Amino acid sequence: MTAAAFGAVAETPSPPRRRAWMRSEEARGLAMVSPTFLYALALLFLPVLIVIAYSFWTQNYLDIDRTFTLENYRQALTEPIYRDLFVRSLWISLTVSIVTVVFSYPVAWFISFHGGVHKNLWLFLVTVPCWTSYLLRVMSWKIILGYGGVMNTGLISMGLIDKPVTSLLYNSNAVVITLVHSWAAFAILPIYVSLQKVDRTLIEAARDLGDSRVRAFFRVTLPLSLPGVISAFLIVMIPTVGDYVTPRLVGGKDGVMIATAIQAQFGKGANWPLGAALSVTTMILVSLAAAAVVLALKFTVRRIK
Amino acid sequence: MSDRAMIQIEKVSKFYGIYMALDDVSLSIGEGEFFSLLGPSGCGKTTLLRSIAGFETPTAGEIYIDGVPSLALPPNKRPTNMVFQSYAIFPHLDVAENVAYGLKRLKLSPEEEKKRVGDALDMVRLSGLGQRKAHELSGGQRQRVALARALVMRPKVLLLDEPLSALDKKLREEMQVELRTLQKAVGITFILVTHDQYEALALSDRIAVMFGGRIAQIASPKEIYQRPRTRKVADFLGGMNFLNAKVLGEQANAVSVDAARFGAVNLVKPQGFAAASGHVTVGIRPERLRLLWDDDRAPHELTGRIENRAYFGEVTHLTVGIDGLEQPLSMVETNNFGADDLPVGAEIRLAYDPDAFVLLAEDPPVSRV
Ligand SMILES: Nc1ncnc2c1ncn2[C@@H]1O[C@H](COP(=O)(O)OP(=O)(O)OP(=O)(O)O)[C@@H](O)[C@H]1O
Ligand SMILES: [Mg+2]
Repeated sequence: MTAAAFGAVAETPSPPRRRAWMRSEEARGLAMVSPTFLYALALLFLPVLIVIAYSFWTQNYLDIDRTFTLENYRQALTEPIYRDLFVRSLWISLTVSIVTVVFSYPVAWFISFHGGVHKNLWLFLVTVPCWTSYLLRVMSWKIILGYGGVMNTGLISMGLIDKPVTSLLYNSNAVVITLVHSWAAFAILPIYVSLQKVDRTLIEAARDLGDSRVRAFFRVTLPLSLPGVISAFLIVMIPTVGDYVTPRLVGGKDGVMIATAIQAQFGKGANWPLGAALSVTTMILVSLAAAAVVLALKFTVRRIK
Repeated sequence: MSDRAMIQIEKVSKFYGIYMALDDVSLSIGEGEFFSLLGPSGCGKTTLLRSIAGFETPTAGEIYIDGVPSLALPPNKRPTNMVFQSYAIFPHLDVAENVAYGLKRLKLSPEEEKKRVGDALDMVRLSGLGQRKAHELSGGQRQRVALARALVMRPKVLLLDEPLSALDKKLREEMQVELRTLQKAVGITFILVTHDQYEALALSDRIAVMFGGRIAQIASPKEIYQRPRTRKVADFLGGMNFLNAKVLGEQANAVSVDAARFGAVNLVKPQGFAAASGHVTVGIRPERLRLLWDDDRAPHELTGRIENRAYFGEVTHLTVGIDGLEQPLSMVETNNFGADDLPVGAEIRLAYDPDAFVLLAEDPPVSRV
């Protein structure tokens, strides 16, 4: 009797609540993003799940043996060749993201603080290089850095060197230079956005309280633009770890990165499970590295007093 | 409050392009004085305050802070601190860190720093909120943090740019009392920018009224209210009945005029007075006119008719038409005797004091481009 009564009481408010929820902002928001969400689910999560599944299987020529095994991971983590490639890929992507952020920050800062009425023009100019194909941009670096390239002829004509330098192209430096150039615009934009959001009176308040321009920058502008720096970092770091085109074109033998090995396993090597294990390991490593970098950045900035 | 000048502003002008935001401003503010800059929006109050703080560079003139010519000094080298209109509380720091912000440079021992922060928070009655972040504070609390953050630096001059304008009326009145008490306690020169004449009157030792980048008058609250120099100053500081009067005669420091139905009135002659056309503007405040009831008698009376009435709780504002006057008169009556029950159209008598009239100089022509 009481139970029934309670049941009835508990039951009644639910339909109006559900109706209220359907009308709520949250529901409308979910409805709005659901097509995109489903699309992302289908095209992002499913392939990733398949890759993860493959990484635990074995391939015998054309057949896939679906018994669970960790053999692929053992190979991925212990074979010296893969270990070297992981280390180099992480190293290159870390260097690229640090260099990109360090170069992009002043540009974003200049546009935000001294862009005046031409801010949009400056931003437009920043994105111009992205208009040409990625491939063309990489190729143009080949022309710049090559044996008879712009760089060498320029340095020779300035009398700084007397014969062309060969160390410019086909090594990891060339990969770093090319990637930094390719990704700069993607780093400048988030940093610019977060700098735009910094309330200028806060900087004046810092100056008023005794800070020089430089100190006010480190104590107020930089910490408040940290979200932009972090997103720039992630935007650059995550995709560059697995970059395939740039190392292929300008990296030479010393600039090979993990993506080349993964491609080899899925292609000529015909060992999809090993390729999958290498991919998953890359994903995990880059996530860990990115998390470490984000924490380190936050910690350092919080220490600035 | 001593007579020593803490701030001396000499012939300061500021152009934004061809727009003149400050026009030859000169003034001197004493040590320990509570000084207000009062004026309508866009008259240049903030520009002047920011010039003192070092955030704007005047085009001409010089500003001396405690005797030091300061125009060449950056804000961080000036013994001034500012309370910003938006409060500018650092969002990435908590309340205690905000207050300690400026102290870091002084390299105090941790105990000393903690003590000064604690004292400053006590002073603005925020003790115990040290760990809160900026977004967890109410408007009034933010305002106090901004005050504590500036006062903890022990500046020679505290600059306040409309610090109370974002607060509701009740809180604003509370903070006004607190500001005044605080200023008396610390004895620092305060310069307050406001467009609220009551705030300026209630808080200041002296007020400078500004219009269009120029100073119209500098005086104590009482003097500026009772003896405004020009019509605009009189108007900005509260209601005023303006009359066109004919000059009857001039003595050394008095002028007698014929103020229409009010008859012949003797007025204090302002400095540099010259009645070119023989006509002058005189004014009388609404509260200086008094309603006369039944048998009341007064030496100076007028009769009139109520044209309009507005009820304000403790007072009623009446508009009274008088035969022979171009404009109806405004008056303010307390509601003790039933002024709020007088119907529109009622015939009334009113009393005035001929000594309550002030002679108003012409406003300088607006010289803006
Ligand atoms: N950076 C600037 N560039 C151009 N004109 C400016 C600039 N700053 C202020 N002005 C102009 O100078 C005049 C004075 O500005 P100011 O901010 O000092 O006014 P204010 O008296 O503080 O007004 P409010 O009460 O509205 O704050 C205004 O007309 C304003 O438009
Ligand atoms: Mg202002």
